[in-house]
Amino acid sequence: MAFSLPDEVLEHVFSFIQSDKDRNAVSMVCKPWYEIERWCRRKIFIGNCYAVSPRIVIRRFPEVRSIELKGKPHFADFNLVPDGWGGYVLPWIAEMAGAYPWLEEIRLKRMVVTDECLELIAKSFKNFKVLVLFSCEGFSTDGLAAIAASCTNLRELDLRESDVDDLGGHWLSHFPETYTSLVSLNISCLGSDEVSLSALERLVGRCTNLRTLRLNRAVPLDKIANILGRAPQLVDFGTGTYGADLQLEVFSNLAGAFSSCKELRSLSGFWDVVPAYLPAIYPAFSRLTSLNLSYATIQSPDLIKLLRHCPSLQRLLVLDYIEDSGLEALASSCKDLEELRVFPSDPFGVEPNVSLTEQGLVSVCLACPKLQSVLYFCRRMSNMALVTIAQNRPNLTRFRLCIIEPRTADYLTLEPLDVGFGAIVEHCKDLRRLSLSGLLTDRVFEYIGRYAKKLEMLSVAFAGESDLGLHHVLSGCESLRKLEIRDCPFGDKALLANAAKLETMRSLWMSSCSVSFGACKLLGQKMPRLNVEVIDESGPPDSRPDSCPVDKLYIYRSVAGPRFDMPPFVCTMDEDSALPVS
Amino acid sequence: MEGRLVLLGGGSSGVSTTESAVLSKVEVVSEACSYPAESELELGLGLSLGGGGGSTGNTKAANSSWGECGRILTAKDFPSVVSHRTNNGGSSSVAVSGTKRAAETESVSHDSGSPTGVSQVVGWPPIRAYRMNSLVNQAKAQRGDELESGIGEKDKPKDALKKKLDYNGKQTSSATVNEKAYLGFVKVNMDGIPIGRKVDLNAHSSYEGLAQALEDMFLRSANSAEKEPLTMASKLLDGSSEFVLTYEDKEGDWMLVGDVPWRMFVGSVRRLRIMRTSEANGLAPRFNESNDRQRSKPI
Repeated sequence: MAFSLPDEVLEHVFSFIQSDKDRNAVSMVCKPWYEIERWCRRKIFIGNCYAVSPRIVIRRFPEVRSIELKGKPHFADFNLVPDGWGGYVLPWIAEMAGAYPWLEEIRLKRMVVTDECLELIAKSFKNFKVLVLFSCEGFSTDGLAAIAASCTNLRELDLRESDVDDLGGHWLSHFPETYTSLVSLNISCLGSDEVSLSALERLVGRCTNLRTLRLNRAVPLDKIANILGRAPQLVDFGTGTYGADLQLEVFSNLAGAFSSCKELRSLSGFWDVVPAYLPAIYPAFSRLTSLNLSYATIQSPDLIKLLRHCPSLQRLLVLDYIEDSGLEALASSCKDLEELRVFPSDPFGVEPNVSLTEQGLVSVCLACPKLQSVLYFCRRMSNMALVTIAQNRPNLTRFRLCIIEPRTADYLTLEPLDVGFGAIVEHCKDLRRLSLSGLLTDRVFEYIGRYAKKLEMLSVAFAGESDLGLHHVLSGCESLRKLEIRDCPFGDKALLANAAKLETMRSLWMSSCSVSFGACKLLGQKMPRLNVEVIDESGPPDSRPDSCPVDKLYIYRSVAGPRFDMPPFVCTMDEDSALPVS
Repeated sequence: MEGRLVLLGGGSSGVSTTESAVLSKVEVVSEACSYPAESELELGLGLSLGGGGGSTGNTKAANSSWGECGRILTAKDFPSVVSHRTNNGGSSSVAVSGTKRAAETESVSHDSGSPTGVSQVVGWPPIRAYRMNSLVNQAKAQRGDELESGIGEKDKPKDALKKKLDYNGKQTSSATVNEKAYLGFVKVNMDGIPIGRKVDLNAHSSYEGLAQALEDMFLRSANSAEKEPLTMASKLLDGSSEFVLTYEDKEGDWMLVGDVPWRMFVGSVRRLRIMRTSEANGLAPRFNESNDRQRSKPI
C-alpha cells in the first residue's frame, strides 16, 4: 500500500518549488501530484503566446496569480516583422478577466496592448499589483490613466522601451491622493514633452516604498533634485534630460540630492548630457552596481574620469564613444564587472567615427574575471582576438558580437572568423546565447554544432555557404530553443532533414534565405504540432510555384493549432490541404 | 496604367548635379510654373518579370528562383536617384526602410569591390528602433539651431552630423522642445488598406528615397490585400490611379509632402497618409492646378 502524504502537506512542499522546470517535473511524477501541483501553481511563463491558448492554460491552472507572455519574434525589434503580424494580448486578458479575478501580475514582452486591454485589466483584477510592458505597443496614456485610477494596490508599473502614444502627463494625476503603494515606476519611454511635474512629485513624495523610478526625457535637470529629495530611499533611478546651462545652484542641489540617496545602486537615463553636471553624481557612483549610459553622448575622457569612481560596477551599458582607451580604464577600475554592452553611436557611418576596435573588448575580457555577458558593436575583429577572449573568459554565458559591416573578414588575415567563434563555443562551455557576425563559412556552424551543447539561443546573419551549416546547428545543438537566421543560403534540405528537432524548440525564424514554399507546405503537412507561418507581403503564397523562395518564415511549436488572427500577409502551411490556411 | 506616388514640389532638395543628370532617365515631368524651384517627380511602379540583377551568393539563388515571381524595381535600378551616404561613386547603397531583398544591394556593392560602408539593409545593424530614435532625437536636438537658420539648405553630409554628436559636450541643451517630440519612425496609412505601417524617416535623406520606400511597402501590399497576382496590379489601381502623399505636421495640419526642404519636413512631420487624389482636394490651392496638369498628361 502506497504511503502518501496529505494533499496540504504536498502543497506546502510544492510551494518551495518556484522554477517552471521543476514544477513541470513535479507534475509528471504521478496523477495525484499532477492534480495537486496544477491547483497550486501561481506563476506561469509562456514564451510564445501562440504556443498555447488561454483556454488550455486556464483549464489546467485555475489559480494563477502571475502570468508572463511573449509575443512577436525577437527580430521584430529590428523591424523585420511587419506591422499587424499579431501578438495581441486582448484575447488573453478577456479570458483571464473571468477566470482569474485574483490575478496580480501581468508581464508582457513584444505584444500589442490596447487601451481597451488596460481598461479591462483595471476593472477586472481587484488585487492587481504588477504591470510590466516590455517593448509593447498599441496603447496610450489614456489606458495608463485607467490603471492609475483603479488599481489601488499597484506596486509596479514598468513600460520599458514600449511604444506609447503619449498624450501628455495628466495620466499621472489619476493616481488617487490616497494611493501610496508604488514600489517601481518606469516611464522612460514616454515621448511627450509634457509631464505633470507636480503630480509626479506628489506621487513620489507619498509613496514611501518607492525603490525604482525611471523618468522620461521630458523631466528637466533642475527638477531632479526635488524629486530625489522626496525619495532618498531609491535604489534604481533613471534621470530625464541630464543637461542644462551650467548653474551653480542647480549643480549643488543635485550633488546634495544624490549624496543623500544612500541606497542608490543603479542609474540610467542621461539624455542630452552636459558633462559638467556629471561630477554631481560622483559620491553616488562609488556604490553603483549598474550604470546605463547608452543614451549619453559622453566622450571618452569624461567617461574615464567617471569610471574611476565606480569600483563596484557590475553592469555597464555605454556608447562606443568610450573607445578602446575608455574600455582599458574600465578594465582596470571595475573588477566586478559582469555585463558589458557597447552600442554604436553612428551605426550607418561609412568610416568609423570613434577609435573603438576589438582591442577594447579584449582588454575588458582579459582583466575582468567575472565577465559573463557581452554585447559589442564594432567595425573590425580578428580570430586572434576572439581566441584570446575565449581562452581567458571561459565563464562567458552570453556573447553577442555585431561587426557592423556584414561579411567582414578577419582584418589581420582576411580569413573568415570561423576559428575565432569556434574557440568561443569550445571554451565557453556554459554559453547560452550567441550572436554571430562577420565573414563566416559552414565551418563555424560545424564548431557550434559540435561544442555549443548548452546553447539556447543563436542569432545568425549573412553567414554560411550551404544547407550543411544549418544542418550542423539543428543536429548538434542539444539545448537549442530559439534560432533566428537572416540572409543566409540555407534551404530546404537541412530544414526537412531536421523537422523533428523543430518540435523541441520554441521557434525558428528564417528571412531572406532559400527555403521554398514547397518545403514549407511539406513541413506544415507532416508536422501537425508545428505552426509553419510564411510571411510574404507581396501576395498570397498559393499563387506561387513550390520552388519559389519564401521571404520570411516563422516556425514554432504549438498545442493550440494554427492561429486565426493573422493579417493577409501571413499564412499557415497546414496539414489540411495543399492550400494554406490564412 | 500603373500605380504612382506623386510628389509635389521640393523634389530637387538634396539632389546633386550629377544626380539630376541621371534623373532625366527616370520619368520626370517638369513644367513651367510660377514656382521657380519646383518640379514634379513621378516614380512609377515598374514590374520586370524574369529574374533579378547579377549578385552572388545567397541572393543570387534567391533571385533566380524569383524569376517567375516578378520583381519590383527598387531605387537601385535608378542609380543615384536617391542621395546615398557613400563617399565614392561605386554602386550605391540605397537608404531604404521596409524594402525586402535589400540584401542584394549590399552584396552587389561587395562584388564591385568598392567599400561602400554599411548599406541600409532593413534591420541591420541590429539596433532596436527605440534606441535609434533616441540617438537621432538627441542629434536633432543639438542641430536645433542649425535647423532654424538652415531653411532651404541642401542635405549635409553625414560627417556634419557626426561632428555634432562628437562635440556634444560643448553644446548646451538649448534644444527646441519640438525636436524632442520627433521620432524616427512615423506611421503611414494608405487609403483603402486597413493595416498601417511605419517608416523610418531617418533612413532617407530625400523625398525620392521616402517615396520609393513607401511605394515598395504599400503598392505591393495593396495587391495582396486584394488577393490578386502581381501582374494584375495595374488594374487594381485603375479607378483612382493616383495617390498623393500627405503628412500631418506638429500643429495637426495636413499638408502635401514635398513643399518644404527635406530637413524641415522631417522635423515637423507627425505621420503620413497616402491619400486618394480625389480626397486630397482642398489641401492646398496649388494642388488643384497640379491635378489638372497630371490629368492632361499622356500615360
